[in-house]
Amino acid sequence: MSKQIICKNATLGYEDGIVTENLNFTVNSGDYLCILGENGSGKSTLIKALLGLKPQISGEIKWCEGFSARDIGYLPQQTPVQRDFPASVREIVLSGCLSKMGFRPFYNSAEKKLADDNMKQLGIESLAKHCYRELSGGQQQRVLLARALCAASKMLLLDEPVTGLDPLAQTELYELIAKLNNNGISIIMVSHDISSALKYASHILHISKKQLFFGTKSNYLNSTAGISFLETEGKS
Amino acid sequence: MISQLEYYFSYPFVRYALIVGLLISLCSSLLGVTLVLKRFSFIGDGLSHVAFGAMAIAAVAGITNRMIIILPVTVLSAILILRTGQNTKIRGDASIAMISVGSLAAGYMLMNIFPTSSNISADVCGSLFGSASILTLKESDVLLCLIMAVIVLVVFILFYNKIFSVTFDENFSKATGINSDGYNLMIAIITAIIIVIAMNLVGSLLISALIIFPALSAMRIFKNFRNVIICSAVISVICAGTGIILSILFSTPVGATIVTADIAVFFIFWAISSFTSKSR
Repeated sequence: MSKQIICKNATLGYEDGIVTENLNFTVNSGDYLCILGENGSGKSTLIKALLGLKPQISGEIKWCEGFSARDIGYLPQQTPVQRDFPASVREIVLSGCLSKMGFRPFYNSAEKKLADDNMKQLGIESLAKHCYRELSGGQQQRVLLARALCAASKMLLLDEPVTGLDPLAQTELYELIAKLNNNGISIIMVSHDISSALKYASHILHISKKQLFFGTKSNYLNSTAGISFLETEGKS
Repeated sequence: MISQLEYYFSYPFVRYALIVGLLISLCSSLLGVTLVLKRFSFIGDGLSHVAFGAMAIAAVAGITNRMIIILPVTVLSAILILRTGQNTKIRGDASIAMISVGSLAAGYMLMNIFPTSSNISADVCGSLFGSASILTLKESDVLLCLIMAVIVLVVFILFYNKIFSVTFDENFSKATGINSDGYNLMIAIITAIIIVIAMNLVGSLLISALIIFPALSAMRIFKNFRNVIICSAVISVICAGTGIILSILFSTPVGATIVTADIAVFFIFWAISSFTSKSR
């Protein structure tokens, strides 16, 4: 198991204040890390830092040898613009390849094949010519997953991927992500959904302004952070 | 009627004007799809008012080649609007409204205080709603339009895939290392250029119509981005061609005739799309 990301004493925030501090964790290849935390706990700032879009205030975030922020496939939350966007599934999946192209203006055959392969892998090849805005929420997330896989094949970073999906679609998406993880892709998932996090993840990072817990899932269940979080979740 | 057209088209500058009109409508419709989808429609509207203000300044200063002033001012405003749109202190829509109405008022004031011709209202009307006739376009205008239109076309085709990605999902584009702020800036600058060149054809108040109507019509029916772009371009070119010819035949104002044609097509497409979605 090779290390992919090492985060040491990282403090994240903006000019006008610290959002979260003292983050210490590592991600190894093949890990399934779930990042838990309330709203405003610094999850989205951490995502930007992991993607290399926002430098940390202090501490260190290191992408290990042979791995960089560009090797992370990102599944952002949906924006209102996308819901009525006239684009075919294939156009969207292909756009994941853009990062590989530099200044070359058009897709080559290798990139088209990559897009087709990823659509096949996620079971959406029959939808290739369909319009994105007419798909169900679960299908839309698969399209965006396929696009993320076109951009990077080593690690996926998922931002609340099941938000707005019905329970069946949620389970299907979780199973699909687990399958990708079994194929050797590391997963980092930001989530509210603690029960699914505990079901699928191998590691848990729990933050709330500072780091409350990082470790394997079984250790989390016995930690003070884990026990208290599970209790409050159980009550609500 | 045909002989009347033949008579007009025997003049080379009429033919050039038609070509320019078609090129302008092609460019504006290409970018229109992106602007509508990015919820930037009002940038076009705001910038066209700015262009009017800049034109008033150029007219008052007595500069013969007005483009020297209009183009840089409009491009600068485009950058400004985009920057303040990202700034949360003044909301994007409010800042656009401020800049656009402000320059409209200032432009009209200037033209009234320092009148350059005896008939101000005709001048103002001309720059707001387009030349009374496309036949009054000067040859230098035509050449400039031609160059700009070609630049816009080439840039759009070369960056088509990136523009798609930035339009569809800015966060993802950023994460994969695409300079989405840079592309937003590029889109705003091209929009400014299109508005400046289109001002001669349809006037500053009607430019947004040229930008948004073909895109909205195409989006009613087509379901993938490439077809929407192509359809939007075709609609826009056909409407511009029809509008120009009709305006020559019936001596109606060019800009208004083109926009009316665009509106008519929008309603036809709207009717078709609601009919097909019901029958499904």
